[in-house]
Amino acid sequence: MDFRADHFTLFGLDRAFRLDLSDLDSRYRDIQAQVHPDRFANAGEAERRLSMQWATHANEAYLTLKKPLERAKYLLHLDGHDIQAESNTAMPGDFLMEQMEWREAVMDARNGGDHHELEHLHNRLRGDINARYQELAELLDDTGSLTLATDRVRRLMFLEKLLHEIDDALASLEE
Amino acid sequence: MALFQIAEPGESAAPHEHKLAIGIDLGTTNSLVATVRSGIAICLSDEHGRPLLPSVVRYHADNSTEVGYDAQTKQAVDPRNTIISVKRFMGRGLKDISHVESMPYDFIEAPGMVKVKTIAGIKSPVEVSAEILKSLKGRAEAALGGDLVGAVITVPAYFDDAQRQATKDAARLAGLNVLRLLNEPTAAAIAYGLDNAAEGVYAVYDLGGGTFDISILKLTKGVFEVMSTGGDSALGGDDFDHRILCWVIEQAKPQPLSPEDGRLLMMRCREAKEFLTNNAEAPLTARLSTGEMIDLKLDVATFAEITQTLISKTLQPVKKALRDAGLRAEDIKGVVMVGGATRMPQIQKAVGDFFRQEPLTNLDPDKVVALGAATQANLLVGNKTGKDDWLLLDVIPLSLGLETMGGLTEKVIPRNSTIPTARAQEFTTFKDGQTAMTIHVVQGERELVSDCRSLASFELRGIPPMVAGAARIRVTFQVDADGLLSVAAREQTTGVEASVTVKPSYGLSDDEIAGMLKDSMEHAKDDAINRALKEAIVEAQRMIEATEAAMKEDPHLLNEAETAKIKETIAKLAETMQGDNRRLINIAMDDLGYETQAFAHRRMDQSIKKVLSGRKVDDIKMGEEA
Repeated sequence: MDFRADHFTLFGLDRAFRLDLSDLDSRYRDIQAQVHPDRFANAGEAERRLSMQWATHANEAYLTLKKPLERAKYLLHLDGHDIQAESNTAMPGDFLMEQMEWREAVMDARNGGDHHELEHLHNRLRGDINARYQELAELLDDTGSLTLATDRVRRLMFLEKLLHEIDDALASLEE
Repeated sequence: MALFQIAEPGESAAPHEHKLAIGIDLGTTNSLVATVRSGIAICLSDEHGRPLLPSVVRYHADNSTEVGYDAQTKQAVDPRNTIISVKRFMGRGLKDISHVESMPYDFIEAPGMVKVKTIAGIKSPVEVSAEILKSLKGRAEAALGGDLVGAVITVPAYFDDAQRQATKDAARLAGLNVLRLLNEPTAAAIAYGLDNAAEGVYAVYDLGGGTFDISILKLTKGVFEVMSTGGDSALGGDDFDHRILCWVIEQAKPQPLSPEDGRLLMMRCREAKEFLTNNAEAPLTARLSTGEMIDLKLDVATFAEITQTLISKTLQPVKKALRDAGLRAEDIKGVVMVGGATRMPQIQKAVGDFFRQEPLTNLDPDKVVALGAATQANLLVGNKTGKDDWLLLDVIPLSLGLETMGGLTEKVIPRNSTIPTARAQEFTTFKDGQTAMTIHVVQGERELVSDCRSLASFELRGIPPMVAGAARIRVTFQVDADGLLSVAAREQTTGVEASVTVKPSYGLSDDEIAGMLKDSMEHAKDDAINRALKEAIVEAQRMIEATEAAMKEDPHLLNEAETAKIKETIAKLAETMQGDNRRLINIAMDDLGYETQAFAHRRMDQSIKKVLSGRKVDDIKMGEEA
């Protein structure tokens, strides 16, 4: 076992997008129970450092697998499909149009202080995102259509960011 | 220095005696020390049976100090040399401190952290805090009758890096081996959770003398997981006293107050506040040095009214912490109240209204943090039996980031990340031929660097000249289990390595600590050299015991040559321990550390593999070292 092993191997999981989150939680805790710095608080410096590195690594691996978008990106990365989020920003016109409409709706609701509308937008978008993760699971786990999956992941990055903005707007209205 | 002490639940790695460990709640108003005795956490009292130590230090001209109740009674007589609520100054510049105008001290602005000029010279908040810690350490040593292995010191969860580092420095200065800095609400959750076998999501509302924290924790069998935390590190019970003082001045309109009168009135205000916990009306009388007589009555309704804004100021972070945890008020199973200030009825009512449930007040709000810290300290030194073992997963309270173009913050590690954590970010050069780059590390949530707390600024030199945008500079942030940050940067395209690790600038250097230690020891007529030698011998002994226990437990992880080499190194170390040369002991310890490194890796691998094989997974490779 070393830092080069992939995150699925670290937790003893099959390499797949579909994942039992509570199972991941319990595996993560079992690993931390062994490597966490609290187990080595009174140990020598070399051991303390090693423990910190392992615990850091386990935290990072857990975070990557826990969030579906990060998990999908990571799976594609393991298979040599990088998302190229920064260098490749070209998206189909109709998707971008749709995004503009969403953003306008969010801005209107925020400027109008319309809490109810923002919650409605949040729920609608959440539903849309969940359906897209279902599709992504099929592309990654069932049909192995990685190129198509890469495209879907890039769309989801836009949508997750938008959802985040809606939540920020909701938060600022509550304050 | 122990090797990995990993034991199966229910079985201990080596027969060991009970190690002396303590938990310290270093509070704004009061501090406490606790330990675990016969499996039960207890606060240690002074010779008069008082568990609290007022966090007050008075300096005398001969550099001697009074700490606690003695100092507290002198505060109105000698306010300039009697430092109260020093926690508010830890890791803070003058501009960060509120109500400076009503404080009697002679402040000196120093880089990173304010200092106070006293009759015994200029004192940093770290030194003042160290006096409080020393007093508690002495109390513990007297009560436990032996050398302490280590201490867990609590800090407000919302303390930033500067405040944490200052606290750790103070503990080192007091001669304590810091096992861990533990967040106060987390410590309270441990005490509460273990006592009540609590399961579910809990909120800890911790209003101390000078700081406010809210933490949301998930308690499951054997795991305390902090989901989010928030707070205000400059809001506490002191501010309620200050509100009363403002009200008194408004009502009585006295002439401008002298420092002595200011302190006297502040004490009266605090007494009135405490009186109102169980009474409808509090008398507030004082005779000032000007001959003026203050004679007022403060009722509960007025008190609630003048402190209303302070209470809503605590509810903002509560809402934010819930949002960060992805929860609503109704998801919270219980609200644990911590800190003496939560005795105020208007606070209990506001918190109860917000969470729509009676807050849990069955714990002593003054003691619960120290008790939790002692329990954790006991676990960290390895005094455990099979059943009381738990895992604590805590977070950092504030995002960490870097300054980018235009004075904007680029977040590298977001708030509420589980620690320890590390994150790397790549940056590039802005100009052709640029060979140096300034890296400015900040902490906070705001977009503008000027609105965040500046932690450190350092220059990465020796970048090979390249066209703009060609260099790749990787900046790595590492936050350890104490919530403390270190930063490393390195240019990686050319193999020319320019790497630097910084400790944020406000932290004291090892030399400064050594200097202060020396001063304080000379003052105490203590023999610093002998003490250091004794410490080294104890450390070496611990290391030998742990190594031998590990070899006994996992002999199959070493080949004959390695076993022989380790045994030989142990023998050498044991030999140096007979002498009185600390340097030789340290060198021999380093050697043993080096010789057992591969063994340590293998033991760690083995323990991780055990977790996985328990789950019947067959494709785990092993043997390679990280």
